[in-house]
Amino acid sequence: MRLGDLEPGATGTIEKMECRRQLRRRLMDMGVVCGTSFSVERVAPLGDPMELKLNGFNLSLRKEEAGDIWVEVPCE
Amino acid sequence: MAAKDKDRFVVALAGNPNAGKTTVFNNLTGGRQHVGNWPGVTVEKKEGTSKGGSLEFALVDLPGTYSLTAYSLEEVIVRDFIAGNKPDAVVNVVDASNVERNLYLTTQLLELGVPLIVALNMMDVAETRGVKIDVELLSELLGVPVVPVVALRNRGMDELTETIAMALRGEAKFRGIQVLYGREVEEEIAKLEEAIASDEALEKAFLGKYSARWLAVKLLEEDERVEEDIDRVEGPDAPVMKRLEESRRHLFTIFGEDIETVIVDNRYGFVAGIVREAVQRQREGYASRSDRIDNILTNRILGFPIFAFFMWLMFFLTFYLGKFPMRWIEALVKGFSNLVSTNITSPVWLHSLLVNGVIGGVGSVLIFLPQIFIIFICISILEDTGYMARAAFIMDRIMHWLGLHGKSFIPLVMGFGCNVPAVMATRTLESEKDRMITILVNPLMSCTARLPVYALFTAAFFAANQGTITFSLYLMGIILAIAMAKLFRKTLFRGESEPFVMELPPYRWPTAKGTVIHMWERGSLFLRKAGTVILAGSVIIWLLAYLPWGVAYGSSASIAGKIGHFFEPLVKPLGFDWRAVVALLFGFVAKEIVVSTFGALLGGGTRATISTKLQAIFTPLTAYTFMAFTLLYTPCLATVAVIRKETGSWKWAAFAVGYSLVLAWLVAFFIYRVGLLFGGK
Repeated sequence: MRLGDLEPGATGTIEKMECRRQLRRRLMDMGVVCGTSFSVERVAPLGDPMELKLNGFNLSLRKEEAGDIWVEVPCE
Repeated sequence: MAAKDKDRFVVALAGNPNAGKTTVFNNLTGGRQHVGNWPGVTVEKKEGTSKGGSLEFALVDLPGTYSLTAYSLEEVIVRDFIAGNKPDAVVNVVDASNVERNLYLTTQLLELGVPLIVALNMMDVAETRGVKIDVELLSELLGVPVVPVVALRNRGMDELTETIAMALRGEAKFRGIQVLYGREVEEEIAKLEEAIASDEALEKAFLGKYSARWLAVKLLEEDERVEEDIDRVEGPDAPVMKRLEESRRHLFTIFGEDIETVIVDNRYGFVAGIVREAVQRQREGYASRSDRIDNILTNRILGFPIFAFFMWLMFFLTFYLGKFPMRWIEALVKGFSNLVSTNITSPVWLHSLLVNGVIGGVGSVLIFLPQIFIIFICISILEDTGYMARAAFIMDRIMHWLGLHGKSFIPLVMGFGCNVPAVMATRTLESEKDRMITILVNPLMSCTARLPVYALFTAAFFAANQGTITFSLYLMGIILAIAMAKLFRKTLFRGESEPFVMELPPYRWPTAKGTVIHMWERGSLFLRKAGTVILAGSVIIWLLAYLPWGVAYGSSASIAGKIGHFFEPLVKPLGFDWRAVVALLFGFVAKEIVVSTFGALLGGGTRATISTKLQAIFTPLTAYTFMAFTLLYTPCLATVAVIRKETGSWKWAAFAVGYSLVLAWLVAFFIYRVGLLFGGK
């Protein structure tokens, strides 16, 4: 699944990042690496960007950017 | 970068954004600090002095970063400063409540091989989150001194300065621990190191600054800066680059993913190892107070109204509350002017220079000082509490559509008050492109200084629809700002828009000290400007109005008047005469001066008589055209000075003047001509 498609309340782990190199490095430097678990906290009032919680901090990114991040979501 | 004093120690502060670096800096330096820019760039540089025991040292606040890659200006500044200036010690401020990510930067600082001291900040927050850190063990594992502090409560600062002093005296222990990248990678690092060390040209160019190992790791990370630097020294066929290609190929076949990721993973692995030993977590999934606040402040339904309320409050405080001290300053300037006026009556030119030029010019700008201070208190509070990041989060959708970043919104809104602090407020933007666009379109947001012009003209020509006409001008400014932002994004500042990857830091109470320091450093910047650029500009305008000898001030025979006549053909197509040129010329000092200039040119009198006289030289159509022109043409002198300061170049200040003049003319021409077509006069 793509991170950008998740709704608030969803949880999962980062699987693969297909972002531009620079953005991917930025995310990795902030602690978004494969295997990191996260939860989607909320989306902004206008529906974009979204807010994640991971490794004890809150990160916001646009759905556009989150669309390039593949995640694994536990089965219900 | 400032040359290092031989007899003075230099200590640098590094750390993640929001780790509390600035608070530590304020605690250690108190008021003894100086804000400037890093050479050639617009990133803020803060310096101060501090003391550890009897040892005095200079403290340099490096930009907050998550890493030390070549991708961001801030990160390059940090590593260049540490490698090039060789500070005597580097204090790494680490957020104890978020150790993993913070220590990731620490590993990279260790790799630079500087004497490092870790200031473990926010120990209290960590404890409430159930995080226990064994400080001694952490220090052991990192091989550097670790000092627990709570910067917000000024705790642990003495221990920190003592440790710094110890490091400066060479008494602290540094074990020089390195991150190891695993056998396969280490083998390639060794080969690259050898290739670098055996290359004399490279050794001469770099090894005073960087270690061969650091360069080797950076090359494997595909660091563009290091590659370029080697290119410059050795050309693209350097043996090192050949070696690098082989290493990369070799490692790719082993790992099946790029080496950059392997290296990053290894650093996190190293950090994870340390955290496993030295950090204990008692609770998981703890919903903090900050999360609960965010459930309200960035709520889907409440988020917007709350944001709008804060914006309104900021405006109210700045422009309503600011009015009172503004009146006092106005009265003070007036009193001073009268004092000078009655006491220095001869020679006449000196009297005029002081009263009309210096006091008139600088005084009209000094009046904005209270607004600037209040607006910076507000911004400082928004930033320090962490709400600024939320404001960007809420507004990003709209701003992204304009090709800008969520953080551009606040500076743009502030432009309605005064463009000067608004341009200064763009400092919160990280992307240079976003920042430049936000600065350049800011003057199109109709500031309060333009209001007196609208008031005068709407009263004289549109008495029945004053509000609507004024509103249409504001709207025109907004629409043109949007159009210009899109245009600039497509032409001058092309490229991918900055990704909105931003940390939303936990909410914190701002400290009075931090807020005051913040406010003072920006406000005093403006004060200094009033004393220099604005003073010079005012004197020049005065000269134009006063010379040649003996003519009436600002009359048709003065240079200003002659300029007015000279440029009259240029404004004729817009329906203006020479007096409009003179008013606009003087309005460059501050736009409300347009009003007083008309007062002088039309022989003075009450507002009502000036209104009648205006009706003789303007029609409703040309009056509206003139208001539009006043809105759009060149930012005022103070704004130009701030644009120069904030962009670091006269070129951009000149561009801001140039493009807005052209825009003003085109829009005015359009309004006037279309108006004529529809039967206006």
